Amino acid sequence: MEKKIYFDHAATTPVDPRVLEKMLPYFTEKFGNPNSQHWFGRQTVSAVDEARDTVARLVGAKSSEIYFTSGGTEADNWALRGAAYAMAHRGKHLIVSAVEHPAMITTAKELMKRGFEVTFAEVDEYGAVDLEKLERAIRPDTTFVGVMTANNEVGTLQPVKEIAALCKKKGVLLFTDAVQAAGALRLDVKELGADMLSFSAHKFYGPKGVGVLYIRSGLKIDKIVTGGHQERSMRGGTTNVPAVVGLAEALRLAVSELDENAAYVSSLRDRFIRRVQREIPFVKLNGHPENRLPANANFSFRYVEGESLLFSLDLKGIAVSSGSACSSGSLEPSHVLLAMGLPEGLAHGSVRFSFGRHNTAEEVDYAVDALKEIVLKLRALSPLFPKDLKNEVFPEEK
Amino acid sequence: MYTEKVMEAFRNPKNVGEMEDYDGMGMIGSEACGDIMQVFIKVKDGVITDAKFKTFGCAAAIATSSTATEMIKGMTVEEALKVTNKKVIDVLGGLPPQKIHCSVLAEQAIKAAIEDYQNRHAAKQI
Repeated sequence: MEKKIYFDHAATTPVDPRVLEKMLPYFTEKFGNPNSQHWFGRQTVSAVDEARDTVARLVGAKSSEIYFTSGGTEADNWALRGAAYAMAHRGKHLIVSAVEHPAMITTAKELMKRGFEVTFAEVDEYGAVDLEKLERAIRPDTTFVGVMTANNEVGTLQPVKEIAALCKKKGVLLFTDAVQAAGALRLDVKELGADMLSFSAHKFYGPKGVGVLYIRSGLKIDKIVTGGHQERSMRGGTTNVPAVVGLAEALRLAVSELDENAAYVSSLRDRFIRRVQREIPFVKLNGHPENRLPANANFSFRYVEGESLLFSLDLKGIAVSSGSACSSGSLEPSHVLLAMGLPEGLAHGSVRFSFGRHNTAEEVDYAVDALKEIVLKLRALSPLFPKDLKNEVFPEEK
Repeated sequence: MYTEKVMEAFRNPKNVGEMEDYDGMGMIGSEACGDIMQVFIKVKDGVITDAKFKTFGCAAAIATSSTATEMIKGMTVEEALKVTNKKVIDVLGGLPPQKIHCSVLAEQAIKAAIEDYQNRHAAKQI
């Protein structure tokens, strides 16, 4: 197959050539360490300062509230571990939503081994945190609530503002992982009301290996990467200057082109969803039907396992990801889909399609056509597919 | 992560389907685990003359089903019982570690089909 179609933008995106251009000088001629006193070092200090100012302005924060990290996972780790230990004298109960990214879930489980108690906040059938249940889960010794801005697997947006109001009322810190939301939705930390927020450049056409943790001024959390005086002595390690410059430029472009990109990408997504629902029987759209990321479509294909779907699409040049156990390398299917109450069979048959600004309607149509053929073939192979059902026909059309 | 042989067996699986007049049928796995394998065999004079399968599962599960059913065709029942998951993996040129359980499933499904055949056979002789 010559054709290569990339529908996995929630995993990562290509670096925008305009971003790369901004980064390149900082690999070669402007290579200095911003911590160095001499001319070479001083030359890069302003680049890092500018990047920080740009990021701060774009998310409605102060420059002093922006910390550069090695990516979303480090930022999530820092927020959760840093807050948990800093507040441990007040209480050792933490709440994270059941649909958080593994960067949060795994970290929370580590903290459970170190004397913290963790409640995994329940979600509804669409993957949105249940506010009433969350309120009931908050105890006097709760110090931290972590709820992502938008879910990486099913794209559902969380009621972050409402959760922020609740946390404020209860005197609990709120952290929101905005890795999937940044660049796709308008983000303003003051408007959202979160005390901490994280994101990562490679999700919005920036480089990999660089992210941000916003920490509201006045809030003191523990460091987790200890070392030199970088990031106001809060995060050691030589600043990745080209990456930081790239992150800021990528965010600037994403925000300035946000409306047109979101409109375009969501039109592709809607075309895809419409066609799949009309033309392939026994499918389920996972996540909220409207309240979701513009780029995300997540479907379960009944009687079919997700990894075999993924590889069949891959053989036709179409790149997607799957929540099946077999694709993740574990034995459990997606914790997100299970938390939403999806039966295990459907969770194993889930595939995520995430669109980007370089995709076209023709690619969407090609993928749907390929998908129809693949699902037919895999269902013919499946011992679960009931003999009395016609593979190619919708139940209501019989 | 998959060898070319695994991808080929997944792309063009052999022996797909069901048998109406099978002599033995075995089904192993569960929807909850994400893998179900169903194997049908036809036996004449103690020799497996035909084998078919249906599988719900990942690429490795489908590839091992195809390869394992292909291997047992023409074998005596006793020989087929000695087909281990390791032999199936060798034919496929290896499997990633987290996929080994898929090949175990193929071995078990074949054993279950043979057991079913032996039970039916014994019942007929009584």
